[in-house]
Amino acid sequence: MQVHANPHAMPASGAPHARPQNMKPTQEHLSYLLRLADNALILGQRNAEWCGHGPVLEEDIALTNLSLDLIGQARMLYQHAAKLETDLTGITKQEDDYAFWRDESAFRNWTLVELPHYGPTAGTTAAERDYAVTIVRNFLYSALMVEVWQALAQSADTELAAIAAKSVKEAHYHLHHARDWLVRFGDGTEESHRRAQAALDYLMPYMNEIFKRDPLEDTVAAAGTGVAMAELKDAWQATVNDALAEATLDAPVGGAFESAGKFGRHSEHMSFLLGEMQGLARQHPGATW
Amino acid sequence: MHSFAAPDADPTMNLPLTPAVAPEVLTPASAASLPLAWQTLEAVPDPEIPVVSIRELGILRDVRVVTNDRGETAFEIVITPTYSGCPAMQQIAEDIAAAMTRAGLGPWHVKTVLAPAWTTDWISPEAREKLRSYGIAPPTGAHAVSADAPSKITFYGRPKDGVPCPHCGSADTEVVSAFGSTACKAHYRCRTCSEPFDYFKPY
Repeated sequence: MQVHANPHAMPASGAPHARPQNMKPTQEHLSYLLRLADNALILGQRNAEWCGHGPVLEEDIALTNLSLDLIGQARMLYQHAAKLETDLTGITKQEDDYAFWRDESAFRNWTLVELPHYGPTAGTTAAERDYAVTIVRNFLYSALMVEVWQALAQSADTELAAIAAKSVKEAHYHLHHARDWLVRFGDGTEESHRRAQAALDYLMPYMNEIFKRDPLEDTVAAAGTGVAMAELKDAWQATVNDALAEATLDAPVGGAFESAGKFGRHSEHMSFLLGEMQGLARQHPGATW
Repeated sequence: MHSFAAPDADPTMNLPLTPAVAPEVLTPASAASLPLAWQTLEAVPDPEIPVVSIRELGILRDVRVVTNDRGETAFEIVITPTYSGCPAMQQIAEDIAAAMTRAGLGPWHVKTVLAPAWTTDWISPEAREKLRSYGIAPPTGAHAVSADAPSKITFYGRPKDGVPCPHCGSADTEVVSAFGSTACKAHYRCRTCSEPFDYFKPY
């Protein structure tokens, strides 16, 4: 919840409609919220690269709208996390502290969402953005997030539940968009099919990280405030299989590869993304416009 | 040739006639002044779609009198965002501030709530008609997230029919893009009159 106060406003502390203390904040739940928020922010930043560069005008606008939703979700989650962290540590935090003033190893987003819009290359390589990579990633992500937000709408953390209830509506539109294009690419021309399959082969192994169980997710799942991604894998897989069949694409074997973005160990691409995203705020601290 | 609207058709004329500068003494929040606060805020238009008010869109949720532990009262103005990233929320808060200042009401504060999640189901039939005459097709049918089958995406492929053209009324329309000029709208085209139009997406 945000409070915009006017100069005549009375002290908020006396308001009878203060935020209900719905749960005891824990470090684990805070870390879990930051994973969700970081995923949304970093994918929002990545997809915003298409703003002004979309393959056609409609897709340019679609990707920009999609980024707006994701960054909006990230903001709500960071605002909530800031309140929890302030309650936990007594140190006042704000949403921008998370977005602009944390370094790479503090970000807990999945590696999948930070990868550039092209196939495997070294971090310093300049390459043409490939819309197939964009679409396949958005599809894999939103197919899972529809399940995640649906589950979190029942969270014992009522503020997170409220954020999830909004986000699930947006995730449905994102999945619809990505799935539509996935089918068009896969069941399209020889070239579009080849590129969609290549993007799928490249990105699918990054799902291993997401579905790997870890103590943090198990703790919040047991507390009823979060959900373990592994619990949602079957539902996600059903959505994926259904779409791939219609798109005439082959499901790649995930293999044993495991990225580790959610533990703070990122790909070589992450620092470039953060450099662009955080540069302005760090060069002009406290700047307003 | 551009025609000027008659003064009585000007929506701003419905605003209460109040000084542009805040008076020295504000009208405090009380049961007696609450109707004036409602009247003031119900007239605040949506910044993106000025033919409908924030009340008609369901953004303005409540106006109430709150009292702190020193017995001082204030208006609490409760709003809810449409889409998570809707950039109009800041503008709406500023428009509310301007309206309250003009009306000489205060003190007050704006509170943003997320639950229950905003839905296009809250848009009244009158507001839907206003949207249509403004050239925006209002949301139709069930919304995208079906309550009956919450885990299933129920609209594979391109959304079909059910969105009549706001210009000529034809049902022969097609979606150009599910994402339009703002987060809440999709881009459509009428195959009868060939006009493009916005569709307010179910949410």
